[in-house]
Formats: sequence, C-alpha cells, structure tokens
Amino acid sequence: MSDLSVRVAGVDFANPLIAASGTFGFGREYGEFYPLSALGGISCKGITLKRRDGNPPPRIAETPSGILNAVGLQNPGVDAFISDDLPWLKQQNTVIIANIAGNTVEEYCQMAEKLSETDVDMIELNISCPNVKSGGVQFGTSCESVGNITGEVRRFCKKPLIVKLSPNVTDIASIAQSAEAAGADAVSLINTLTGMRIDINSRRPIIRNNTGGLSGAAVFPVAVRMVWQVSNAVKIPVIGMGGISTWEDAVEMLIAGATALQIGTVLFSDPYAPVKINEGINRFLDDNGIKSVTELTGTVKPW
Amino acid sequence: MKYDVRQLPLISNEEIARGIFDMRLRYEQDDLPAECGQFAHVYVPGKTLRRPISVCDASDGVLRLVYQVKGGGTKLMSEMKAGGTVDVLVPLGHGFEIKKDRRYCLVGGGIGVPPMLYTAKQCDKPVIITGFRDKSLVILQEELAAEGETLLCTDDGSAGRKGFVTDLLREKIADTDEVCACGPTPMLKAVAAVCSEFSKPCQVSLEERMGCGVGACLVCAVKVRKNGEEIMQHVCKNGPVFNAEEVFF
Repeated sequence: MSDLSVRVAGVDFANPLIAASGTFGFGREYGEFYPLSALGGISCKGITLKRRDGNPPPRIAETPSGILNAVGLQNPGVDAFISDDLPWLKQQNTVIIANIAGNTVEEYCQMAEKLSETDVDMIELNISCPNVKSGGVQFGTSCESVGNITGEVRRFCKKPLIVKLSPNVTDIASIAQSAEAAGADAVSLINTLTGMRIDINSRRPIIRNNTGGLSGAAVFPVAVRMVWQVSNAVKIPVIGMGGISTWEDAVEMLIAGATALQIGTVLFSDPYAPVKINEGINRFLDDNGIKSVTELTGTVKPW
Repeated sequence: MKYDVRQLPLISNEEIARGIFDMRLRYEQDDLPAECGQFAHVYVPGKTLRRPISVCDASDGVLRLVYQVKGGGTKLMSEMKAGGTVDVLVPLGHGFEIKKDRRYCLVGGGIGVPPMLYTAKQCDKPVIITGFRDKSLVILQEELAAEGETLLCTDDGSAGRKGFVTDLLREKIADTDEVCACGPTPMLKAVAAVCSEFSKPCQVSLEERMGCGVGACLVCAVKVRKNGEEIMQHVCKNGPVFNAEEVFF
C-alpha cells in the first residue's frame, strides 16, 4: 500500500482525486453509493451570490467520447450553501472546496468574504464557465482580467485560493502566470471547451443554450497538454482535470505535472470511478516500487 | 447505501415491433424493489452517458425494459446478446403513486406505453388507454389486457380506433378517480388539460435529456410550481413522475 496523500496549498488530501465542480452537486447523491471519504476532496457545484435557476433544457448532448453541457450555474445561492449543505459536507471526512462564480468582481469578493468565515477548506474561483451570459469565462480569457479578479478576490479570501482556468484561450500558461502573480495558491484546469451540436433534421442546436462545454475522454489530450504547459510555467500546484476516465489517465495527468486531480464526466457512466481509479493508482505505485503518489508529479521526460 | 450498480444477466432482447425491443434481465431476488414509473440507467459500452429506460415490468425475478432504437446508444443496446450481462443502475427516480380503492385510468402514448404495464399491475382493474402512430408500432396489448380494460387508438386508424388517446380518455374520465400518463410532451399536455377540465388528479411521467441519473449534475431540469413558487427540479430525482398541476407544459 503506497501513500496516496497529497498536499495542495497547505491543505492535506487523503488521495489525489477530487470530484469536479458541476458533476457532483453538493455530494449527497454520490454519498448514496459510497462514503465520500473515498475521495480526496469535493469541489462543490458552482455557487453564486443569489440563487440561479440555470438555462432552459435540453442542457446536455452526447458527443464522440464526451458530452456537451450548458447547465448555466443552477444553484441555491451562497447563503443556502453555507446553511444547508456545508455543515453536512464537513461531516464527510473529505476536503471541501467551494466553487464560486459571479456577474461582477464585487460578487466574487462578497462570496469569498462570506465563505472565509465558514469552515470550508478551500475556494475555487470559477472564471471559466462558458455557459452563462455574463460573468464566468469573461473574467478568464485575458491575463489582465485574470490578474485583476484574482488580486481583488485575494484581498477578501482568507482560505487557500484555487483559480480554475478556461482552455478557451490562446496561451493558458501566461494566464496561469497572471493568476499566480496576483496571489493564487493553486490553479485547476481545464474547464470545458466550448462546443456545439446541431440536429440535422430540425436544424436546431441540441442544447438550448446553442453552445455548451465539452468534457469527457474527448478532451483528455488537450488537458494533458495544458497541464504540462502550465506546470512548467508556474511554481504553485496544478490540479489537473479534463476527461480523466481510468487510473492510467490519472497517472498520466500526474506525470504531466498535476499535484492533484479532478474527475467528473466519468461518474455519469461509472459512479464508482473514483474508487477504482484510486485502486489502480495504488497498484501502479506498488508495482513500480514508488512509495508516494507525489513522486509522479511532473516526471514527464519530454523529447 | 441507497444506490447500487448491478450486473444483471441478459435473458433475451427481442424486437417486438418496428425498432422497439424488449430487454429481459434476471434479477437476483424474487422481485426488484422498484416502484412503477421508476427507471433503469443502462450502461452502454463505449458511450459516455447511460441510457435511461423506464421499468416495463419487475416481477418474478425479471426486469423488463422495453425501449425504442432512437440513436447510437439504443442501437448498441439492441445488439446486446442473451448470455451476457448488462450494467444497470436501478431503480431510480420517483414513480407513480398508486393508492388503494381508486379507479385508475392509465394513458400511454408510443414508447410511453411500456411503464404502464408495471403500473397496471399495481392498480385494481384499471382502464388502460394506449395510442400509437400506426399499427407497426403497437406493443404489449395482450399483456395489458390481462391487467384491465384496454382501449387502443392509432393516429391513422390502422389499429384500434382512429384518433388520439384524449378522445378515449374523455369517454372514460367520468368513471375515473385518477389518471397516470406517459408519452410525448404534447400528449401529456393534452391529457393534463382533459383532467383539469374534469377536475381529476393526474400524474405525468416526463422525459428530458439526462446525465448522472441521480440528481447531481442538474441537466434534466424541469420548471415546476411548488407551494406557489416556481422552482427547478430534475426528471431523474424528483421525477420522472410529477403531479401534472405542478408542470409548466
């Protein structure tokens, strides 16, 4: 049995697998499959200052080896999260990450301030949601705006701060550097890639929002490339995600440069994926005589 | 733990009408603890999403899923062979609530008919109205007839009466205490309108493109009225069966 524990921005995780925001709600449903302590952590459904009902359906479409989604940040609002969900989550013996999104920089700051007074373990700044009209990804696509919002939120955020990056940019490494320079404790990537599907008979986009975010195995090679580029460009830890579906994918992402991992879309076909992936990582470490999972991070030998 | 993924042996998987298949799976216990109107989330190898299929029957250790081939996923399902196993997450969702000593009228349209078989088995001599586009799509008539009085219609009159399920419902609604319906949204809307006109309670089973199947990913959203407030609920967890009065059609 190898040591699967990792540390990100001073926070200890029992293993490197974190449920990705938006695929796991506030944990209650998957808690009906296995104890949530099987996960290193949970990045909760993205929350906003006020309740949001999200986009009209359809909100999902299957694609080759992936899905498009456009939920549009449906959530009960930060106050309901703090009063109704956080106390239960904190009893689950896993790291709890609050994922926050807003229409304005001020909204992000207000939420960071509120959550800093709770016992949430970390805050993940969602500046990469492609499915809302205002806010979301508009803050995440230039170095200047990423630096600005990270710096502003940093002033109000007393928790370790993760900035979640969009892949829909020209140079993700320089964006990550802007987040780091403005005070981010870690970056997580990639959020979804913007995509579209059209029904050829009705000529209507399948998703009511017209476009949606692509996730699943289809995006994995893009995610590996971006994690590799970002981890070479910053000193802060990188949380890698994007299409991880098997333990081999997880090991590959760690080798590319990730310190911890998030998994999401694979849960829809296999709710037990986190348990199986952890077992597989552990076997790989044992078979290769590696004592700790941390020894894999960034060990890629590029040509 | 409330949920579990099961590997169920596939007994048979036959085409019972044009493009409509009857998958029968062996369940370990005598009976699957499923409510009528609940669904199974079927894993299709190579696909990112499971396919939600309503429970057609769950009796005598056999789970039946009757489904229509509509795309690549259900096509792969139709090619699954007896002797193998199928990975299913079942039972899921909130089904029809059937009370004792009530006269039920069950209304099914097209591929919305299958869940009405298991529902009929929970009712005492229900009236069962089914409608199809044409006779090539008619299914389950003999089995439904064993559970209650059946009335059949098709859009073109090629089987049963020519017309819509609502025409037949109007003839039967006076002797009905409650209606349960499953089918295309325009049909559900029309059934709900007839029930409203005659002040009869109505439960409808809705469909929406689904992700996780358990209420975590929030994609299969439906706007409903609850206690005077408009809120978003989800077909997989709060439904698929909803009180028709709560639904915005």
